[in-house]
Amino acid sequence: MSKPIVATTSLAGCFGCHMSILDIDDRILKLIELVEFNKSPVDDIKTFTKQCDIGIIEGGCCNSENVHVLKDFRKNCKILISLGECAIMGGLPALRNGIPVKECIEEAYLHGPTVDGVNTEKVLPNDDELPMILDRVYPCHEIVKIDYFLPGCPPRADLIWNAVAALVTGNEMELPYEVIKFD
Amino acid sequence: MSEKVNFTIDGKTLTGEKGRFIVDVAAEQGVYIPTLCHMKGEKPAGSCRICTVKVNGRAMAACTTPLEANMVIENNTPELAELRKVIVELLFVEGNHFCPSCEKSGNCELQAMGYRYQMMVPRFNYNFPYREVDASTPKIYLDRNRCIFCKKCVRAIKDPQGKNIFAFRNRGAHLEINMDLTLAAKMSDEQAKAAMDICPVGAILKKEIGFNVPIGQRKYDKVPIGSEIEKLSK
Ligand code: SF4
Ligand code: SF4
Ligand code: FES
Repeated sequence: MSKPIVATTSLAGCFGCHMSILDIDDRILKLIELVEFNKSPVDDIKTFTKQCDIGIIEGGCCNSENVHVLKDFRKNCKILISLGECAIMGGLPALRNGIPVKECIEEAYLHGPTVDGVNTEKVLPNDDELPMILDRVYPCHEIVKIDYFLPGCPPRADLIWNAVAALVTGNEMELPYEVIKFD
Repeated sequence: MSEKVNFTIDGKTLTGEKGRFIVDVAAEQGVYIPTLCHMKGEKPAGSCRICTVKVNGRAMAACTTPLEANMVIENNTPELAELRKVIVELLFVEGNHFCPSCEKSGNCELQAMGYRYQMMVPRFNYNFPYREVDASTPKIYLDRNRCIFCKKCVRAIKDPQGKNIFAFRNRGAHLEINMDLTLAAKMSDEQAKAAMDICPVGAILKKEIGFNVPIGQRKYDKVPIGSEIEKLSK
């Protein structure tokens, strides 16, 4: 039987969730026996080369590129998992939700303490190459259907391991008290 | 002159004092009924409904319902667990709860309910309301993003003359917690701590002590909320 294929990505996240994937320690050896990785920062495959079984999403959607990547994952993966607070509810990037984008951008490029008086020409990033910032940060499940949710900032390595193991083996997932955390 | 009566919770026969609130009688006998707005000994607010139990088949708030003889109470049932989970989820989406950046995280009763009822994601869309933070007084922050309107601070925290320091303003979707800035400015360190401790969430925080307990040693890192009560019956 061929191994299940896993893809991962980080949208508006800090890569902490991916660090937590690595935090499964020596079980990582078991993991590469159990699954094959496709598009993922883990193996640096940049585009999908085949249909995947499990897509793991870190981060929510703060710009048009995030939305594009997320939809691409939905198209190419049978099961999608929102990994971590940012994917689930926007996380810290969503602290800007409720504040108009214009105000956020002006704070970041014109008035903030690190740019105040420096950006004298008042340049705001506006290159065609740059993805558009969305009006707010969106949880992934508000953009596409998400099948499973693993909370935490970052999610505990055991939670990730238990989830992947359950999906791969078809057994029910173990959920001891210590693995569900929102921070 | 207290009259003892028999009643059952989830099929177990217990004895308690007639007229006292179900939630208190249950807690003393090791039966945990979750609460967020309840303060033992104070007039109940009955505002959060997380303590909902079924009494003789009818949904009632355990913190406002006095015990009577032969009550048949359901508490730990899948139906009620689901209802409580829904309440927790509603509270999460109604405000702005960014746990990773919250000083109350690990010691927060709302978050602990999320853990106890295994909330992986709320079933409702997040509201992301705009709410103001008031950090203008010397001892405390008031972060309205996290207030769950339990009214505990309003009921329990008073100035030396007995005047309220906290109060609600507006109604319905516009309801918000406020403080009297003059009275709040006069709060002592002890009172600021008392206000922080009575708030079940991170809406009232004492300044300059944030994140002083490491992850792993906080109140709900290892044990679920309510286990201190359930321990009594083990
Ligand atoms: S008040 Fe509680 S639930 Fe809200 S952000 Fe803080 S820790 Fe999380
Ligand atoms: S500030 Fe805290 S104690 Fe006061 S009503 Fe809000 S949640 Fe309750
Ligand atoms: S604890 Fe009973 S309604 Fe809040």
